[in-house]
Amino acid sequence: MPTSRLQRLIPPLRKAILLAALPAVTAFAATAGEVRTSGFVASELRWFPETPQFQGQFSGAEPSLLLNPEFRYRSDDKRTQAVFIPFLRLSARDDTRTHFDLREAYIATRSGDWDVLVGVNKVFWGVAESRHLVNIINQTDAIEDTDEEDKLGQPMVNVGVEKDWGRVDLFVLPGFRERPFPRTQGRLRAGLVVDDDLATFESGAGNAHIDVAARYSHFIGDWDVGVSVFHGLSREPRFLPSADGTRLAPRYDKITQLGLDLQYTIDAWLWKFEGIVREGHDDPFAAMVGGFEYTFFQVADSDADVGVLAEVHLDGRDENRAPPTIFDNDLFVGTRLALNDVDDTQALAGAVIDAEDGSLSFFLEAERRLGDTWKIEAEARLLGNVDDKNTLAPFKRDSFFNLRLSRFF
Amino acid sequence: MPNSLLRNSGATALLLVAVLAPAIAETPEEKGFAVAARADRSDRGFKDSQVEMKMVLRNAAGQESTRTLALNTLEIPDEQVGDKTLIVFDSPADIDGTALLSHAKILDADDQWLFLPALKRIKRISSVNKSGPFVGSEFAFEDFTALELNKYTYRYLREEKCGALTCDVVERKPRYEHSGYTRQVSWTDQKDFQVRKVDFYDRRGDLLKTLEQKNWKRYHDKYWRAHLLAMRNHKTNKSTDLVLGEFTFKAGLRERDFVKNVLKRIR
Repeated sequence: MPTSRLQRLIPPLRKAILLAALPAVTAFAATAGEVRTSGFVASELRWFPETPQFQGQFSGAEPSLLLNPEFRYRSDDKRTQAVFIPFLRLSARDDTRTHFDLREAYIATRSGDWDVLVGVNKVFWGVAESRHLVNIINQTDAIEDTDEEDKLGQPMVNVGVEKDWGRVDLFVLPGFRERPFPRTQGRLRAGLVVDDDLATFESGAGNAHIDVAARYSHFIGDWDVGVSVFHGLSREPRFLPSADGTRLAPRYDKITQLGLDLQYTIDAWLWKFEGIVREGHDDPFAAMVGGFEYTFFQVADSDADVGVLAEVHLDGRDENRAPPTIFDNDLFVGTRLALNDVDDTQALAGAVIDAEDGSLSFFLEAERRLGDTWKIEAEARLLGNVDDKNTLAPFKRDSFFNLRLSRFF
Repeated sequence: MPNSLLRNSGATALLLVAVLAPAIAETPEEKGFAVAARADRSDRGFKDSQVEMKMVLRNAAGQESTRTLALNTLEIPDEQVGDKTLIVFDSPADIDGTALLSHAKILDADDQWLFLPALKRIKRISSVNKSGPFVGSEFAFEDFTALELNKYTYRYLREEKCGALTCDVVERKPRYEHSGYTRQVSWTDQKDFQVRKVDFYDRRGDLLKTLEQKNWKRYHDKYWRAHLLAMRNHKTNKSTDLVLGEFTFKAGLRERDFVKNVLKRIR
């Protein structure tokens, strides 16, 4: 067990647990209610068919075990909730991926139009499928997967108010979470290993900087709209070579980001747009993702629905001065299949094509339930035609397949 | 007095005409609408309801699969606007916490949002298709949300025995676009005015499914609810039973309890 990594994660988590536990205990004492236990355990097999590009990286298959129990409490009047969701992955071959995180540990209560949440939570903003551009509250758990959908729990105080004219959320975010990166033996890393110990922060308080954010969201007829602002340490770091040139040092700049997400839902069409303007890494820049999803329902007299998706990515950042992105000028096309059967069989497949150099990343995600409590998920992420100057170049031999079998309880 | 006699008989005649005229002039369409409206209006004023239910899916070989879910409904008194519903799944365990919010419309597509707990993501979804299987069952979404009066045109067919009761048999045709059905035939009893049975005819006009509503109970001396909804698909021989628990009415739910951000904290 790589205790060093675990140890490093513990202090912010301890702080978060304390933050959440105090009001939780008070609430438990105040109102009766029930605690529900759910969640899953899973075993996973990830397989890299190609030999690694860099020295020290493992090759072949990597089995691992996941634990994700969920404990939920709700008061009898349903106004107060407490949630506790720890997460643990144990990898047999890649101690890079062995890690623990507190995904959620909060107490939330509401009164009238107002609600307050204190503790660790996960917040999702946005509408697009291939990139989550405006979604900024949580740090990405980059060693879980490459799709930026796995997130580290973020300590927060969240106050929300729901009115006829929409909802406003205010966030105070103490306890910055650094992005975890693969280490020497891990796949899906750059030639030089990212060393967390070398991380620097553009803030006098270092990683103790308190970030703030706000969001307005509403829907008007067929339109759903969200407007957000964030001020604090960038969730994406830049990378600077270490003094001896053997490692990469993550650099977290202080940024201000404005975000807009829009969806127009009409007939079987979903039209989506997400845009940001970010200031803080040298020159300000804008980025967007926009496109559609169209669904053919009950195709060919069957119960199955087939969707087609397309999204365009544009990103104005200067990659020498801002964190790198693979979505600088790309096109995503994909298809979604839902069989609408008893086992909820579904699949999503797609490809992101770099419009400048033709680099291609393809993915397939498929899942179905087995019986009432098991689920099987298959995933493939394949890279092809990767240009040597593309951000994907270090990963060009890291195409992989993943199979997960989960038992829910 | 002859005069008054004349006046009286005149009044009687007028009264007779007034009573008989609607019956004589009533078309099968008007009579069908009247039956449906009486059933619909017998349910007026329930304000809100909460119920937990079990869905038992059976395939042709008799294999069973179960889902449990909770359904909250907010009555919107205006007949030109549909009710608001919130469905939260409890099992199978992998979809625990998945929730669906609907703001029903009469002729337009509903506004619908789906909450995916794994990503904590609220998604506005397309609702034009309500005729597909709802979570793999023999119920389509429109089967339990499309009961708004003005979603159909009606035609009275006949009177018929239905168990111990006498039923009005009415044909109804969906007025809204994208329905999976060309027509439905409903049996509404003449005593309590509740829909006891519905036949659903598919887009080709063939008999597709039959719904039987059983185990009725009256709440607050007014609101009838069936506690077993048995849907049988005649083409696949698959069936789904919806077994409903005790209803709670008038719990004081508000519009604010049916907005999309509620989906995140419903569990």
